[in-house]
Amino acid sequence: MNTLLNLNAVYALLLREAKIYFREKERIVAILVSPLLFLFVMGKGMAGGVSPVPGYTYQQFIFPGIMAMVILFTSITYGLYIIWDKRLDFLKEVLAAPISRATLFVGKSAGGMLGAIIECALLVLIGALLIIPLTTVKILLALAASVPVSYMITNMGLTIGARMKSMEGFGLVMSFLTWPMFFFSGALFDLATAAPYIRAVAYFNPVTYAVDLLRIIMLGTGYFTAWTDLAAIAAFCLASTVVGVAAFGKLQQEK
Amino acid sequence: MNAIITDNLVKRYKEVTAVDGVSLEIKEGEVFGLLGPNGAGKTTLISMLATLVRPTSGTARVAGHDIGKEPLQVRRNIGIVFQEPSVDDLLTARENLYLHSMLYGMPRETIPGMIEKMLKLVNLWDRADSFVKTYSGGMRRRLEIARGLIHGPRILFLDEPTLGLDPASRKAVWSHIRELKESHKATIILTTHYMEEADRLADRIAIINRGKIIELDTPEALKRKVGGDLVFLKGAIDEAAVKALPFVSSMERENGRWKIAISDSGANLQALLNAGGKIEEVEVRRVTLDDVFLKFAGQQISDDAEEKAEGIFERIAANKTTRK
Repeated sequence: MNTLLNLNAVYALLLREAKIYFREKERIVAILVSPLLFLFVMGKGMAGGVSPVPGYTYQQFIFPGIMAMVILFTSITYGLYIIWDKRLDFLKEVLAAPISRATLFVGKSAGGMLGAIIECALLVLIGALLIIPLTTVKILLALAASVPVSYMITNMGLTIGARMKSMEGFGLVMSFLTWPMFFFSGALFDLATAAPYIRAVAYFNPVTYAVDLLRIIMLGTGYFTAWTDLAAIAAFCLASTVVGVAAFGKLQQEK
Repeated sequence: MNAIITDNLVKRYKEVTAVDGVSLEIKEGEVFGLLGPNGAGKTTLISMLATLVRPTSGTARVAGHDIGKEPLQVRRNIGIVFQEPSVDDLLTARENLYLHSMLYGMPRETIPGMIEKMLKLVNLWDRADSFVKTYSGGMRRRLEIARGLIHGPRILFLDEPTLGLDPASRKAVWSHIRELKESHKATIILTTHYMEEADRLADRIAIINRGKIIELDTPEALKRKVGGDLVFLKGAIDEAAVKALPFVSSMERENGRWKIAISDSGANLQALLNAGGKIEEVEVRRVTLDDVFLKFAGQQISDDAEEKAEGIFERIAANKTTRK
């Protein structure tokens, strides 16, 4: 198709997602529940334990990891929601429009990014007020870092959602993909002291690099360097775009 | 100039051939009806023309563009009203049209004016800012028609535009379609399994069954092919005088009455009665497209197909309500 990326159409798709997002405010709150449990129950409950980073409490240590968790859960859930779009024929209108599949894919991804950033902004606000002292620069850097991270995770969700037939698979994806990606990311512990098999899996987990980058921004220390994290995230963004656009190319009218 | 030319279009799914070698030409500005029972291949055919489904073989030009090579140009020049509503429940009518206009690349400054014009055309202007989930089935359909037209398409596809609507909404949609024909000069392709709908709206009708076009003509010509209207007369009929009339094609006795086939009973009935002699009883049965379908497809577009279709619609409607 001739125009690869139609920015006007991306904007229109994003506008739709934004409107719906703000109309379903309960979703914004619901998605923060598990992360807040980790922060305030596990984070505080383990307060007696030693924090891997000197000068920070365990609760402060896991805060960047919990931010990555918010991005992960928001973006995957959003991506999988495309199954609803498919089932309810809404997608027909968009599939029939004179826009390329790449445009549709990027428009949908942009919607997921918007959702993740709103959730992250709320979490950072709670964190900065109650948990960890953050400068304005750190807040802005952390939010900026959440953009590519949510992009790659949304892409994963959309890719899986485009291939799934029903919402029943949702629980499976959460159990077999989302939670493992969270636990193997080092969000709750230091990779340097973790068992070798955990580290081995973590290297292949995009969330690992997101946690690490956010930890470097907020705590000033990480497992990899910031450049390694950025390079890995960039690679995952690129790969997930290619795979996702291909999956969207196969999306057809069901009948 | 032709709006659509198809050349031996075929769509085969694993076990069924949904469209089996369709070649036709649709003229610019006409209302073209695709009439056939459920599963005849109507929706598959227009899905291919709208570049939503890739043909197994064959090709078509729509608004001057090849459906395989220039799908975006085809899409820009057509509007589609789907069989199952696809307007976005979570948005208002105005937002639905705005989104659509942006997706179709309309200049931004023209959009608000066009939204107003279209919503007024389908009588939804006073409900422009209501959420679509509060709309009735008929209103949704009208909104879809407005959406299908807002980007000024040269060709409008209407897939079963009145499926599942109550009679009053159906009449309203019909009158909108007739207005469109007058005011927009767009070519309209309409699929339906309602005979009355095809008869009232279409300039030409293709009868499609099992993926093949079996007959294509104006509604009047199709009915003439069946042999015209039937007039039953009882009384002392002057057989020779009736047979001499130019519009009488056949005449036979049936159950004590004369069964006379004539063309265009509206224009010729009076002349027949004048020539007929002493008439005690008259019954006129106009040929309907049902008879046409029966003759050419060897089967009726059965009620059972219609029920099935509405069952599907209801399941979708039920589905819809499960969404939060």
